Amino acid sequence: MSTPTRTPSGAPSHLSGAGGRVGDDAARPDGVLKVRGEFAYGSDLWMDDMLWGVTLRSPHPYARIRSIDIGGALAVPGVHAVLTSDDVPGEKVYGLELADQPVLALDVVRYQGEPVALVAADHPDTARRAAARIVVDYDVWEPVTDARVALGHPTWNQLHDAPAEVTELSRESANLHPHGNLVRHLKVRRGDPEPTADVVVVGEYEVGMQDQAFLGPESGLAVPGEDGGVDLYVATQWLHVDQRQICAALGLPPEKVRLTLAGVGGAFGGREDLSMHVHACLLALHTGRPVKMSYNREESFFGHVHRHPATMRYEHGATRDGDLVYVRATIYFDGGAYASSTPAVVGNGGTMGIGPYVVPHVHVDCYGAYTNNPPCGAMRGFGSVQTAFAYESQMDALAAELGMDPVDLRCRNAMEQGSEAITGQVVDSPAPVVELLRRLEAMPLPPEVPTGDDVDLRDMPGGVSNTTHGEGVRRGVGYAVAYKNVAFSEGFDDYSTARVRLEVVGGEAVATVHTAAAEVGQGLVTVEQQIARTELGVDRVTVHPKDTAVGSAGSTSASRQTYVTGGAVKAACEAVRARVLERAQAVVGRPVADLRLDGGKVVSDLEGVALPLADVLGDEVVEETLEWRHRPTEAVDPETGQGFAHVQYAFSAHRAVVDVDTELGLVKVVEMACTQDVGRAINPQAVIGQIQGGTAQGLGLAVMEEILVRDGRVQNPSFTDYLIPTVLDMPPMRVEILEYADPHAPYGLRGVGEAPNISSGPAVLAAIRQATGLPLTRVPVRPEHLTGT
Amino acid sequence: MDFLQPATWEEALEAKAAARDAVPIAGGTDVMVGMNFGRLRPSLLLDLTRVPELQQWADDDGAVRLGAGVPYARVISELGDRLPGLAMAARTIGSPQIRNRGTVGGNLATASPAGDAHPALLAADAEVEVASVRGTRRIPVTEFYRGVKRSALADDELIAAVRIVPPRGPQQYSKIGTRNAMVIAVAAFGLALHPDRRAVGTGIGSAAPTPRRAPAAEEFLAGELDGLWDSRAELPAATATRFGEMVAAAAAPIDDVRGTARYRVHALSVMARRALTWAWADYRKGDPTCA
Ligand SMILES: Cc1cc2nc3c(=O)[nH]c(=O)nc-3n(C[C@H](O)[C@H](O)[C@H](O)COP(=O)(O)OP(=O)(O)OC[C@H]3O[C@@H](n4cnc5c(N)ncnc54)[C@H](O)[C@@H]3O)c2cc1C
Repeated sequence: MSTPTRTPSGAPSHLSGAGGRVGDDAARPDGVLKVRGEFAYGSDLWMDDMLWGVTLRSPHPYARIRSIDIGGALAVPGVHAVLTSDDVPGEKVYGLELADQPVLALDVVRYQGEPVALVAADHPDTARRAAARIVVDYDVWEPVTDARVALGHPTWNQLHDAPAEVTELSRESANLHPHGNLVRHLKVRRGDPEPTADVVVVGEYEVGMQDQAFLGPESGLAVPGEDGGVDLYVATQWLHVDQRQICAALGLPPEKVRLTLAGVGGAFGGREDLSMHVHACLLALHTGRPVKMSYNREESFFGHVHRHPATMRYEHGATRDGDLVYVRATIYFDGGAYASSTPAVVGNGGTMGIGPYVVPHVHVDCYGAYTNNPPCGAMRGFGSVQTAFAYESQMDALAAELGMDPVDLRCRNAMEQGSEAITGQVVDSPAPVVELLRRLEAMPLPPEVPTGDDVDLRDMPGGVSNTTHGEGVRRGVGYAVAYKNVAFSEGFDDYSTARVRLEVVGGEAVATVHTAAAEVGQGLVTVEQQIARTELGVDRVTVHPKDTAVGSAGSTSASRQTYVTGGAVKAACEAVRARVLERAQAVVGRPVADLRLDGGKVVSDLEGVALPLADVLGDEVVEETLEWRHRPTEAVDPETGQGFAHVQYAFSAHRAVVDVDTELGLVKVVEMACTQDVGRAINPQAVIGQIQGGTAQGLGLAVMEEILVRDGRVQNPSFTDYLIPTVLDMPPMRVEILEYADPHAPYGLRGVGEAPNISSGPAVLAAIRQATGLPLTRVPVRPEHLTGT
Repeated sequence: MDFLQPATWEEALEAKAAARDAVPIAGGTDVMVGMNFGRLRPSLLLDLTRVPELQQWADDDGAVRLGAGVPYARVISELGDRLPGLAMAARTIGSPQIRNRGTVGGNLATASPAGDAHPALLAADAEVEVASVRGTRRIPVTEFYRGVKRSALADDELIAAVRIVPPRGPQQYSKIGTRNAMVIAVAAFGLALHPDRRAVGTGIGSAAPTPRRAPAAEEFLAGELDGLWDSRAELPAATATRFGEMVAAAAAPIDDVRGTARYRVHALSVMARRALTWAWADYRKGDPTCA
């Protein structure tokens, strides 16, 4: 089998390094390469005889395909293959949770950008020009673009008991799928169905469609194998779930579809679904040549799922003293054309939809709908980001109504260890919500910035664009707290596989860790090394390339890899260690107490033993492979939403300080402060990195990031108009990390990556609200909202 | 695609005359984006970066003659004192990388209504010097913009330079973007006070099909300042407000993904009022340049 000449270094082929155990700031091996532009991403994959694949996509959000004529494309010199759904040998539809998405359009296209045909040619430009010659005859339909309309619930469920208005969908085409437009409806019912309270606050909220905006677009290289199979090098998040879906589409067994992780330039959920995976394999198998596919920025916006936009109505009831009595919430997630991970997003949205608070009476309806908008699926914070904007806005509104301090109100109702979540699940590890908030409050506030003649424009809303020297600028401070499940929930069999080998190379003991866990930039390879060093007492740890030659590690999502793959690596190391210690006793010739591995030796302080591993192991290679599972969760009751749904919760809180030019509606976030309980910081520097990155992404959604969709069409598929925060938008941070161990988790750790993405945006929104006095019920907040224009 | 890299201005003009569909490239910050997205497929790319004249600026007959190929970074570092309005506009453009590459000549030829050089050039009464094998002509910048991304440049012409008389009075430039750096203007405003001529210059960006001036606002303000130039007395707040409203009235914006027409009009009135306040404060201090 031939391999690409430039090997992807996302999972560098031989990553090794010395130093850095659990709890240390171990340096990441890809850091310097990335900063210097030397890291090989999926888009850098290359083989000399490769072809280039491109995708023809639907220009319409909703249409029936009458016919496809590929003749014009086939006639272009340099074209090697033109494929449509007829050429998909296996299952023609795929999906993460529900197989409802065509590999290539069948009879109907359901979103703008849906793949219709593929071309492979000897030059990407040739392939693009040929694709433009494919003639697709569309019968264009009117798109369904509103989740509530799609479900027939155009009006809010205003009265407690009345069902939401249900209108008949007038057109036949109004149902996107044979099973209707409802992907999932999750109900949480707890306590009195008709509660009353002294003080009631009602609010309606909207969250726009955020994009993961990863910098490395979808890319991969498929190489046909001599055995009739295919090797795919691809930037992805979960090799084995890709493999399962590719096998189904190609009609091949797993041993003939081998995946290796290419260098990943960020993921954030956007690589959980397939993009070019099956397409490149189809073209490679068809042409017998390696085929590379690499989206450009614009295509990337059509090539992956986005964060679900949400429309939400919340009603909070409390006593005069500020004790929450009840929460009613109706949440609509617009899942777009295909299910992707909408069912699980609905699960999170519903089961954690009122925030980390204790409430006796709860009534939540959370819906996920099909529409002809772009498909939405996994993104960092997964169903919790949207609801946090709503429930934290409600807590502020309630505090205002009660004349209470918003932090006091939150602390009064905060969850703690032993509390029952709204699912009835007892929170059985530390839940320091109050401490997170009180610590934030105790941090000093940033000073006012100079204005007028002494102004530094970089400190002003608008930056060097010179729109204010202090005129119209008002400061606001806002708080938010959030929680999020870690790892997969609701009874999913969530495991990871690790293979660990210990051997002597050149007189030195070297450990090799082999997992299929995707390194997407979060630093997992470093964590794997740290764990192996800690458990095996060696310095040199090599991380094997991430591939499907070892069992599944599960997804790099849901803040789960350090927990689950970290747990698997730890367990495999322990198994290796047990065998090594057994061998050591055989070498000594008797049982030795207190044996451990340290500094490349087998040592016992009690008995004064110190045997170099080289002597103990000799030529022996000790290798163990095992699957590791976190404790099981269970499905929630379909009528009440009650059940032990989540294995662990992560908690974080933010304080945002903003300056708003109230006349021009421009916002400068002055400071973000974050407190988070991480259980145990395996790599503190990486933890801080996750908190900073998550904070920036949450801030982005609060003030600028939105895919604008009109009539099912994306208006801004580029970084010209899909704006993400720059260094002048993301302020310096104060971060305090708490480490209250979770007794159920390896090392007591908690997943880190998502929580700060959830609490950051609502804190920014609260701060803008305080600065302006405006209610602000939609994010991202635009200058128009702040100026009434 | 062919690629030509003329070493002299004459060669460049001849090449353009010979291949009128040749696409000139200076910093490439517009051209390369167009090519990467497949919107621009030139048959011939004419690289102007080796033409020495385009990379220079000089004082010439009372004006600064700024070569079309001088990047923004140099406008800021070398001409901040002589051409303050243009330098302020340059500071708002893109990122350091873009300012190192991008040029005023490229901004003019693209003639986007959102180009940041335009309001500053309009307010300063700049002239665009264009040339072809047929000869050289100077076009007042007010006559240069002919429509959305259309200019007065003929298909055999290249932009040689812009000519700006260094101001005797303060200038300001403000731009709205929906983030704090690296953003295309949602609306922009350039202001120049010309005490020597007792005149006012304005430029509006991103709020009409082309960059444009606000003539009525200029006249109004020149009238209001008539008695104040010598006394350097305080400017009545109502004058600044009225000026802002009149600038906004000169705009003809649309709703698009970057902003609504109503917001653009509102933002222009605020920017124009503030810019005037700052410029007048500078003038009163006797300082011809400003922050
Ligand atoms: C990330 C990014 C951010 C940006 N931000 C901004 C911004 O904030 N504000 C803004 O105004 N613009 C911005 N731009 C657009 C661009 O940088 C400017 O328009 C810049 O002035 C173009 O100059 P250039 O030298 O790079 O032009 P090029 O790309 O080289 O050329 C642009 C056009 O001018 C023509 N041309 C160039 N030189 C001549 C000449 N001498 N004679 C005739 N025609 C010529 C070219 O054929 C082409 O049509 C941005 C671009 C990018 C990629």
